[in-house]
Amino acid sequence: MTARIMVSVPAHAKRGEAIEIKTLISHPMESGYRVGPNGTMIPRDIIRLFTCTYNGKEVFRAELSPAIAANPFLSFFTTAVASGTLAFRWTGDNGFEATHIAEITVE
Amino acid sequence: MPEPTTPQPSRRVFLRRAGALAAASTAVAIWPRAPACAAPEAMRQAIRAVLGEAEARPGKVTLDIPALVENGNAVPLTVSVESPMSEADYVKAIHIFNEKNPQPHVISIVLGARAGRAKVASRIKLADSQQVIAIAEMSDGSFWSGSADVIVTLAACVEDLQ
Repeated sequence: MTARIMVSVPAHAKRGEAIEIKTLISHPMESGYRVGPNGTMIPRDIIRLFTCTYNGKEVFRAELSPAIAANPFLSFFTTAVASGTLAFRWTGDNGFEATHIAEITVE
Repeated sequence: MPEPTTPQPSRRVFLRRAGALAAASTAVAIWPRAPACAAPEAMRQAIRAVLGEAEARPGKVTLDIPALVENGNAVPLTVSVESPMSEADYVKAIHIFNEKNPQPHVISIVLGARAGRAKVASRIKLADSQQVIAIAEMSDGSFWSGSADVIVTLAACVEDLQ
């Protein structure tokens, strides 16, 4: 099952401007502390790591715990330095991996 | 004592039941349920692991969470740190901890001078009314902390699916 991803990056920005990036991905973020209907613990299934790279250079990294709500939302800032691509990557339990790419034009 | 109306189970049935009971109690002993909440002591230890020998001074960090939360399953949280975010002085990392969830750690964020603004938002789960603490690590090696108290009406994380 592929995760649904929503990312908001401004299409245009001025050089040196701090731009806000918002990301949302569909994921249950099962904490591993809940008991299921048959009385056994539901195994943990979370996204553990999120990274954002700007033209190949990492500008933001987040290590997530089970305390992050389902469908993790993250918003953060980065400085617009050059036109190019922003690559977002989520990795987690059970081999979960998702990526998204956004283009930005910097004047 | 009234006489049992049902016939006594045969020895074989009895032994089988006794065996099952013993196995069940052993299983409980080996896999106890995870503690429902991390003690504030666990949070202190987790913070200590981040700080090392250093001390976190209160200030510079603003943790924005609603004071009263109806649903602990998704609590909006914004953390911002006062910093010029220049090459000489920027926020290296932000760590967020809580007192009473099963694990004290919430999220660790790595930033750099390129972030432009040290402001991050997410949504978290809170298992109980408790204090949430954010620790910011600056480029000069100093640590600053900010905290917020939250009252949660409906707890998250540990409710059972029954």
